[in-house]
Amino acid sequence: MIISVIARNTFKEAVRDRVLYLLLFFSALSIVLARVLAILTVGDRVKVVKDVGLASISFFGALMAILIGTGLVYKEIEKRTIFTLISKPIRRVEFLLGKFFGLVLTLAVMLGAMSLIFLAVVFLHTFQVEFGLILAVVFIFLELVLLTAVAVLFSCFSTPILSSLFALSFYLIGHFSWSLETLIKRTPAGATRTIIQIIYMLLPDLENFNIKTEVVQNLPLPSGIWLGAFGYGVVYTAFILLLAVLVFRRRDFI
Amino acid sequence: MGSVLELQNVHKSFKLGFIPKTKEVLKGISFSVAEGEIFGYLGPNGAGKTSTIKCVLGLIFPDAGTISLFGRSPLDPKSKEKLGFLPENPYFYDYLTALEFLDFYAQLFGVSKDERTERIVRLLKLVDMERAADLPLRKFSRGMLQRIGLAQALINEPSFVILDEPLGGLDPLGRKEIRDIILSLRDSGRTVLFTSHILQDIEMICDRVAIVVGGRVLSQGRLADLVSEKILFTEITVSGLSAAELAGYGECVSIRDGRALLKVFSEEKVQAVLDLVRERRGGIHALIPRTHTLEDLFVDMVTRS
Repeated sequence: MIISVIARNTFKEAVRDRVLYLLLFFSALSIVLARVLAILTVGDRVKVVKDVGLASISFFGALMAILIGTGLVYKEIEKRTIFTLISKPIRRVEFLLGKFFGLVLTLAVMLGAMSLIFLAVVFLHTFQVEFGLILAVVFIFLELVLLTAVAVLFSCFSTPILSSLFALSFYLIGHFSWSLETLIKRTPAGATRTIIQIIYMLLPDLENFNIKTEVVQNLPLPSGIWLGAFGYGVVYTAFILLLAVLVFRRRDFI
Repeated sequence: MGSVLELQNVHKSFKLGFIPKTKEVLKGISFSVAEGEIFGYLGPNGAGKTSTIKCVLGLIFPDAGTISLFGRSPLDPKSKEKLGFLPENPYFYDYLTALEFLDFYAQLFGVSKDERTERIVRLLKLVDMERAADLPLRKFSRGMLQRIGLAQALINEPSFVILDEPLGGLDPLGRKEIRDIILSLRDSGRTVLFTSHILQDIEMICDRVAIVVGGRVLSQGRLADLVSEKILFTEITVSGLSAAELAGYGECVSIRDGRALLKVFSEEKVQAVLDLVRERRGGIHALIPRTHTLEDLFVDMVTRS
């Protein structure tokens, strides 16, 4: 109950933030401009529209999660609004989860809006709504939920600028960590390989949520990808939120 | 009467700075607030008033000592069900309107929708903010925020209200109105703890006080017990007499527009001054006996500490 009250208030806070609309505007612009880009392309124009559209949704969604998420808890502490909140009969964990779900709700609405524009642009080319594209957006959403948890974690103990840098690093590392898999395959068995394997296990692999290529190129989706990506997202998000709760529950609000 | 809040030997220190340096802000705070009283927590800036309140609310964790709020730990959410709190500087969600703001806090207490509407209307009237109900808080002046903050503190109909510097940032009329609200809270059986560094506020409305200086409670008790009723000196403003004539009766503080302000230190000398004025056909414009005030006590303690 309390979590949902705080989540709704967080949603209200986020949707009244002008930064969100600026990002939404640029993402819409980017999706629409994909059509212009397609005109200049030799080959399958629809693929370009789909590719650029999905990439825009992913990129601007990540920016929303990072820019709003990193200030979420920090602002409450900095502006001291948390003083009145914690003086009410709520637990710190409820506050943190309320903030997290509030932003997840905001992202869901924003992603929904971006997807509608994207699907409309694709529809102008193909005259059909493709299920695969919706699926790709759902996977992007899973990735953004994880990124939100990371942003909230950093927001618990760091300033928004530093938190944004940390969260952005997490995002970039997450998209390039898959190359360690290749390195593991090429490294002979031994201590070095074990160390790389441990690092790979600890680092996020956000490519688990990337099915853009398969969807755009109409390739078959790897079997079990639904469960794999969903399970990975839920477990990793829960782990990050647990860390955030541990940091937050013993923090002094000076 | 039982105590609503009890602090025993509470210690708190912070590590501050790039190279952390420990600063002890609370050095064994002990006091209790009894049911139905207005308790004043008095101290100069930086004495540890707000840090004590933060410990009571569970915003910071004491290093040592115990705090009991309604017989429970402040970390237990149940201890805050009947608690209202107004922070020192009113920081609130500035993107919400006054109505949304109060509704949000009422929802945190699980108040039903009908009940919320009724309470919000009543509280907005109490703090005289009905006209600003649909205005976002970012457009509020400091005084308006203080009033809406007070409404927020009362949204759950608390039996114990903690007000951190509630009269700061208010004009004289506003101060009087908030003082009256605090007194009406006591009259309706509620307990109030309020902090201030303004002695008049405390003197006017508190039943008991604790004076905190440098993280220690130096004195506490009933106001009447702390402040002596004994007359320290009498200030007499007379006219028609020269400074030389008044010299033997007391300390002549000032002479302006033919009026002399005299500080007289004994009852006999006061009578003698009155006799002299009558004899010389002078005038008496004021005769004010000065007793030991809370200010004297406060200044004395701060100086000694």
